[in-house]
Amino acid sequence: MRVLGIETSCDETGVALYDTEHGLLADALFSQVAMHADYGGVVPELASRDHTRKLLPLVDEVLAEANLTRGDLDGIAYTAGPGLAGALMVGAATAHGLALALERPVLGVHHMEGHLLAPMLEDEPPAFPFVALLVSGGHTQLVEVQGIGRYQLLGESVDDAAGEAFDKAAKMLGLDYPGGPRVAKLAEQGDPKRLRFPRPMTDRPGLDFSFSGLKTHTLTTLRAFEAEGPLDDQARADIARAFEEAVVDTLVIKCRRALDQTGLKRLVVAGGVSANVRLRERLEHECAKRDARAYYPRGRFCTDNGAMIAYVGAQRLLAGERDEPGVFAARPRWPMDTLTPPETN
Amino acid sequence: MPPPPFTTRDRPMSTLLALDASSSACSAALWHDGEVTARFVVAPREHTRRLLPMARELLAEAGLPLSALDALAYGRGPGSFTGLRIAAGAAQGLAYGLERPLLGVSTLAALALAAHRRLHLRHVLPALDARMGEVYAAAYHCEAGRVTLIGEEAVLPPERLTLPLGQEERDWVGVGSGWALWDVMPAPLQAGVGQCLVDEEPGAEAMVRLAAEAFAAGEGEAPHRVQPVYLRDQVAWKKSR
Repeated sequence: MRVLGIETSCDETGVALYDTEHGLLADALFSQVAMHADYGGVVPELASRDHTRKLLPLVDEVLAEANLTRGDLDGIAYTAGPGLAGALMVGAATAHGLALALERPVLGVHHMEGHLLAPMLEDEPPAFPFVALLVSGGHTQLVEVQGIGRYQLLGESVDDAAGEAFDKAAKMLGLDYPGGPRVAKLAEQGDPKRLRFPRPMTDRPGLDFSFSGLKTHTLTTLRAFEAEGPLDDQARADIARAFEEAVVDTLVIKCRRALDQTGLKRLVVAGGVSANVRLRERLEHECAKRDARAYYPRGRFCTDNGAMIAYVGAQRLLAGERDEPGVFAARPRWPMDTLTPPETN
Repeated sequence: MPPPPFTTRDRPMSTLLALDASSSACSAALWHDGEVTARFVVAPREHTRRLLPMARELLAEAGLPLSALDALAYGRGPGSFTGLRIAAGAAQGLAYGLERPLLGVSTLAALALAAHRRLHLRHVLPALDARMGEVYAAAYHCEAGRVTLIGEEAVLPPERLTLPLGQEERDWVGVGSGWALWDVMPAPLQAGVGQCLVDEEPGAEAMVRLAAEAFAAGEGEAPHRVQPVYLRDQVAWKKSR
């Protein structure tokens, strides 16, 4: 079954073609990051407008790349949520119009399920069950994955997402949006011994995260430095380093606990922050100590993309799941634990 | 592509489907060789559930498959941003899947045609409430079922609405939700507007008529090229550096 996947939940327009027999056939992405950088963050209305401009040209692109025509599609999947309502609507409406025209089944899928299963697109996919850390600008979650649609939330951020904390820290340090990679780059020059930031919620049991206190601590530290004179580059780098260490350490501690608690030996790490080099180094080290293995999607599937949506859609469409033709809805808030395995539908 | 043949009554022989979700109403209309059937519901927040099923109903009633469509059209704005994109996405997806051209129809032109068909008046000023203290507005001359834009579509405060220059003497009719702001409109404008159809909403029926005519004149483009027209383009402010 050849499925077109459409992702428009935030600031990336992603389109891909996945074949249940031959795997990923093509994927294309248009990132709006540069546009939103001028505004210091994602502007939902501008994101939606851009999806409307970019979506069909990307569909053309993946069909051409796979040497297929629109009639060769067997089904269409789109991100129905969670995400920005207006942005989600673009993908949903276009997918449904296209499905109606082609007389093919169409299905709205869960964005985070896409991220969870993105490592399945790799040559050595993890076997079920596994623990997944989803860590991005919008989410920080630990999930136990028994199979497709069998997810148990182990813990999540009670306030800011880890990626959001990176962006806010970047802003305080005078770095541009998106801040994650820039903070990490600055942190490379930092002295890891000079400052130590708190590791929120690691001193008590549980798998929930909190990053808003870290944001406040960063600000307080900055103010303290500034009170003594202009902030020099080394101080900025040291703050970035301490901040990154605190976030990474917190994520690693919770992953370790999640593996202990579930007794599982496989850890999937996905979402934009999973590209962070320090995080990967630390998780690799942690996994090696306990004979476990970490799995990551390839770089471009760590962030939002159409491939993961095509993959999830294909699994569920193949099992017979579909939307009522012509009837769609964006689900900006859609709890992941309401998902069920494809077989039971 | 060559324009399709005309009947003796000058009605384009063609089959078009128009979709609109630009206001709290949503609608679909089918043009089939000059005959128009339409569905129209006021269903705020239900556009995504109503729009395409209405289109399917119209085709089923006419006994036509989707492949009978020669072109598609949608209400390209101005109007509710999200509504415009719902209709745009659905119409673009349909047109792309069917490999047919797409036409974007002005919601203001559709209002003008609707008013003209209702009252048989020739000079129409459509205005839509754009919120934030502004209206979307334009002026049209209407004759024998055709509408011609005078000047440009604009978004502006109702206090600054004027009659088209040099045409203050004509008898104008106001149409659309923007005219609910009558009290703040300038006196010279009020003096030139004999009546208002405040309750008229943009609809696919007028749009499919305008689209059929435009299609017969050779209009219609690749679907991704037919983008919504928001008029209000200042929606965010760049950070100062």
